[in-house]
Amino acid sequence: MGAIRNGLVAVNDFFSTRVGRIAFFFVLALITLFLPVMFQAAGNVFMVRIFALVGIYVLLALGLNIVVGYAGLLNLGYIAFYAVGAYAGMNLGFLMQELLKGLGFLGERPENWSYWVLLPFAAVPGVLAGIMIGAPVLRLRGDYLAIVTLGFGEIVRIAVTNDIFGVSNGASGLPGVGQKVAPVAGQMWVRENLSFGDFLFSKDLYWYFIIVALVLFAILVITRLDNSRLGRAWVAMREDEVAASSVGVNILTTKLWAFALGAAWGGIAGHTYAYWIGFISPESFNFMESVLVVCMVVLGGMGSIPGTILGAVLITAVPEVIRALAASPLLSGVLTPEQASLVGDYRFLIFGGLMVVMMALRPQGILPSRRRARELQPVDDTVLAQENQQLWEAEHKHDSDSDII
Amino acid sequence: MSAELGIIAQQFVNGITLGGMYALLALGYTLVYGILLMINFAHSEMFMFGAYVGLFTLQGLSRIAFFTSSGPALLLLYALTFLIAMIATGILGVVIERFAYRPLRHAPRLAPLISAIGVSLFLQNAALLWISSRSLPFPVLFEVRTFRIGGASISSMQILIIVTTIVLMLVLDSFVSRTRLGKSMRATSQDRDTAGLMGIDINRVIALTFFIGPALGAAAGIFSGMYYGNIKYNMGFIPGIKAFTAAVVGGIGNLRGAMLGGFLIGLLESLAAAYISTGYKDVIAFVVLIIVLIFKPGGLLGESVAEKV
Repeated sequence: MGAIRNGLVAVNDFFSTRVGRIAFFFVLALITLFLPVMFQAAGNVFMVRIFALVGIYVLLALGLNIVVGYAGLLNLGYIAFYAVGAYAGMNLGFLMQELLKGLGFLGERPENWSYWVLLPFAAVPGVLAGIMIGAPVLRLRGDYLAIVTLGFGEIVRIAVTNDIFGVSNGASGLPGVGQKVAPVAGQMWVRENLSFGDFLFSKDLYWYFIIVALVLFAILVITRLDNSRLGRAWVAMREDEVAASSVGVNILTTKLWAFALGAAWGGIAGHTYAYWIGFISPESFNFMESVLVVCMVVLGGMGSIPGTILGAVLITAVPEVIRALAASPLLSGVLTPEQASLVGDYRFLIFGGLMVVMMALRPQGILPSRRRARELQPVDDTVLAQENQQLWEAEHKHDSDSDII
Repeated sequence: MSAELGIIAQQFVNGITLGGMYALLALGYTLVYGILLMINFAHSEMFMFGAYVGLFTLQGLSRIAFFTSSGPALLLLYALTFLIAMIATGILGVVIERFAYRPLRHAPRLAPLISAIGVSLFLQNAALLWISSRSLPFPVLFEVRTFRIGGASISSMQILIIVTTIVLMLVLDSFVSRTRLGKSMRATSQDRDTAGLMGIDINRVIALTFFIGPALGAAAGIFSGMYYGNIKYNMGFIPGIKAFTAAVVGGIGNLRGAMLGGFLIGLLESLAAAYISTGYKDVIAFVVLIIVLIFKPGGLLGESVAEKV
């Protein structure tokens, strides 16, 4: 055990150095950019699809992390924003196609520009839904809020199942009869121009790169947010609402911002998912999906971007990868397909158990944000005394410095 | 009596039956909230677990010829089924409290809620994987007779459910208001620390709460199985939310409020199913919940909540 621990510490130390960090990001970039291409080259489209799916969940988890991790509000209906984004994207896309057809703009090979045209506005339906639900209920205490958001998620799912306003085609999903999602613009171009030999630049690979770009954009935006005035207001509010409001943080607007900005990423993810898969139905937006995204944030580390990403990757990819590995000839002797599919079946059971264990033993998650760890782990008196000592010494040193000057 | 009135009367009977189940389940939420100030998200799984234990007990015991030989023996069979399911579920509740919630008693409020979601996820999937992913038929061993009163009909099953529910509620109410243990429960819910100083064993009171709540939930689960004729691993989710709504409507932490809220939600739901749309009947509870929380977060019988935001 000691050797393992020392090893881990050494690895951690290496990654904290400048060289180590560069090496780490280099390896990460290599994995995210080239591994899917390799899989595609090997003809394994399934793995490419899993990579893209992981990306979608990373986007969702990053969005939820704003609400749960930064603002400390538990949202159990987050998938509703994903649904709103997906249905809005699809329906507006159909409208656009109709309009273009009516104006005679659609040529012989209709390419679908609606994904790209709508992408800058993809967050809007999510944000609107976030404000709509957030404004009346954000006054509530945290645990009530969790249940109300859960209720909101269910209302959206039930409304969509019942074909609300005639836009969702009920349980059979979109596109319905007579509606068609044409290949998204660019998809055909990369297929024709970037494929060579046996290597096919497939639809899934195309979408994978779009999703990676969106994830990078999300990381950039959220990091900036975290360091902004709003981000500090979230932290202050999460740690002590009364204290925060007494120094001028408007609790309601701050919470509403968290809700709306979190929902924005749900909307973008939904929009992208809808055009990638080309089919959406109410089943994709059930309560379990919301719980799964909460699981990702909690497991990885609330309030920590690397943690959230790690959580999303672990929860989405690990069961699928094990299943895929067992099916490949490489590992066929080690795990039978039956055993591998059991892993998939047991994942929810394991995640449920993990959530309980994590809350008891490591509530800050695998890769915690330092601040959140301090909040969640009641501080040991000796640690506190040590830190106070360090603080005192630092201040004292500062004093003596100023004396010399 | 006109047909219109007959429909209303019929929906009233159905609503009271449903409401009884919601009320029993709501009591569990309200008891736990009253003492620990936490939403026991896993409580809906107690409903499911109780139904499964009830089903297996019923199946097992009905193989013994004696139990199906006569009317009184059949009654004994059902009484035993309820007793065993309630005790087993109560024990499960105590175990969950011990391992999933007690370590988090001083943690931030989000922690026990997340832990409870984990427990719920775990139990649901345990039932799915280790029992069945499909719905299992819940047998009815007695002849269900239907009585007509005016324009409405009421079955012997509905009478059984309503009467048993009311008996259980009366027992709980007098237990909490009359006995010494009930008094210690009330004291703990008023002020946990002070109750501890007065010599009440807080851990024992909390464990007791986590026994009574799930036990009542188990009874509701068996009723649900008998009433709808089948049970499934995810049967607890929707009733759980509705029962939580009922607890909030009545004023969370207030036992009589939970009973009132349960019947109200049941009535509202069955009337909505008849007059608005069956597709949206599950939405009613959520809408009611949101409206009540916005306009009267203390509920109908609850005290006004001092802690804001």
